[in-house]
Amino acid sequence: MNPLNLLFLFADNFAFIVLSAVGLAVIFGMMGVINLGHGEFIMIGAYGTTLSANAGVPLPLAMVIGVLVTAVMGFVLERTIIRRLYDRLLDSMVATWAIGLILTQGVRIALGNSIPQISTPLGTIAYGEFSYSTYRVVLSVVALAVLAGLYVLFTRTEFGIRARATIQDPDTARALGVDTDRMYTSTFVIGSALAGLTGALYAPTLTVVPGMGSSFLVEAFVAVVIGGPSVLLGTTLSGGLLGVIDALFTNLYGTFFGQIAMLLTAIVVIRLLSNGLTGLVEDVRNRMEGE
Amino acid sequence: MLECEELSAAYDTTLVLRDVDLTVNDGEIVGVMGKNGAGKSTLMKAIIGLLEPKSGVVRYEGEDLAGTNANERANVGIGYIPQGRDVFPSLTVEENLLIGESVNRERDHDLYDEVYRYFPILEERRDQKAGTMSGGQQQMLAIGRALVGNPDLLLLDEHSEGVQPSIVEEISENLRDLNADLGTTVLFVEQNLGAIQDMADRCYAMERGRIVDEIGSDELQDEDAIASYLAV
Repeated sequence: MNPLNLLFLFADNFAFIVLSAVGLAVIFGMMGVINLGHGEFIMIGAYGTTLSANAGVPLPLAMVIGVLVTAVMGFVLERTIIRRLYDRLLDSMVATWAIGLILTQGVRIALGNSIPQISTPLGTIAYGEFSYSTYRVVLSVVALAVLAGLYVLFTRTEFGIRARATIQDPDTARALGVDTDRMYTSTFVIGSALAGLTGALYAPTLTVVPGMGSSFLVEAFVAVVIGGPSVLLGTTLSGGLLGVIDALFTNLYGTFFGQIAMLLTAIVVIRLLSNGLTGLVEDVRNRMEGE
Repeated sequence: MLECEELSAAYDTTLVLRDVDLTVNDGEIVGVMGKNGAGKSTLMKAIIGLLEPKSGVVRYEGEDLAGTNANERANVGIGYIPQGRDVFPSLTVEENLLIGESVNRERDHDLYDEVYRYFPILEERRDQKAGTMSGGQQQMLAIGRALVGNPDLLLLDEHSEGVQPSIVEEISENLRDLNADLGTTVLFVEQNLGAIQDMADRCYAMERGRIVDEIGSDELQDEDAIASYLAV
């Protein structure tokens, strides 16, 4: 087995898991809302991109349009529906699931079951007897950039500090002048935009159809669940762990076993670490500080 | 500066505040004393807007605050210090103080220098996570956080609770100093006799959600006169 192949496979899995999960993780981690329409938000981003590109817009710009469309949709949904459902976990799950169904069927009715696809840009890198899609390498870099960008946003900016204060104690934040309603709206829009970005980025590599959202769901939910409470660290760690496992098993036994191995890992992690991978890291950190 | 008129508030259907009338003038330090469960914290929450009153009026600088959110009330200059020193535990000291910058949008300058002068420990520990500090330090942080935005009115909810007596005294003294230096008006609720005597210009007594007495500065030094409102 060629180690470079394995590395590419890992990077590709890592990017897919991180990008699938990050929008879901931000909305869940910050607001406690489980967005069951997450996959459909990704689908909207992909449609925005593909339709724009088909209309002659250059691909990078088409991707920006895909992100914006999803962000605007997130804004409208938060203002009209989601904001009524904070602190109502089950209600918000039913509502976002319904939103997902409406989006899928709405797109199907409006645009039919298929639209002209766009092809993967940037050609391939050749090495030895193998070659690999350059665009997929770009995706890995983008996934890292998204994580780095979110890290800076949530730890280095005033917005991020207010957002973290709002998660920890919304009442106190509000009593100190933080407009928590606006923080929730912004967070939901950021989460939606990230889902849109995922759709935009994968639009050239996947078949863009109304039901495509479901192909992101396993990775997204597994990553968020085993990541634990800390949004960024959790997503990064689960992307890393699941990426390695999926790459190894896919390489040895094929894609099907890669998925099985990933789900088994999820079960083991949930069983052993109730606070996910983030909880494990916190425990280790506390123990080291205690000594 | 602040007036409550026939203010009543309830949790679900249990009335906790009953027709509270109370006035705080510019530059005063006014206390509200009462036992546990007298409705002191509820009064604070109703004033800052975390709890919607059943009836009655809260007026700040002559304007009825009905229909405004807690964050809007903070933005116009009310600095709130919650009971149990609710600092944001996983934010650093400095990040906690930054949240306080949303208090009083109309100020001409921040009060970081003053906060660090009154509470030097906060400058020393600025990069430390707030949750890892002692109770007294967290109380100082909660006060500093409400103060950096240069509020016109401080609402202080039982700063003595769970803090050792010497630190309570130090904090009370600092609050008197900043009232004298900056002219910040203070309304505080308290059941600790010492803290009330150290700080208050005058004091209301609260029992079962009602204001039952108003005590001037002379009477405040007479322990027997006020102990009856605090004794269990």
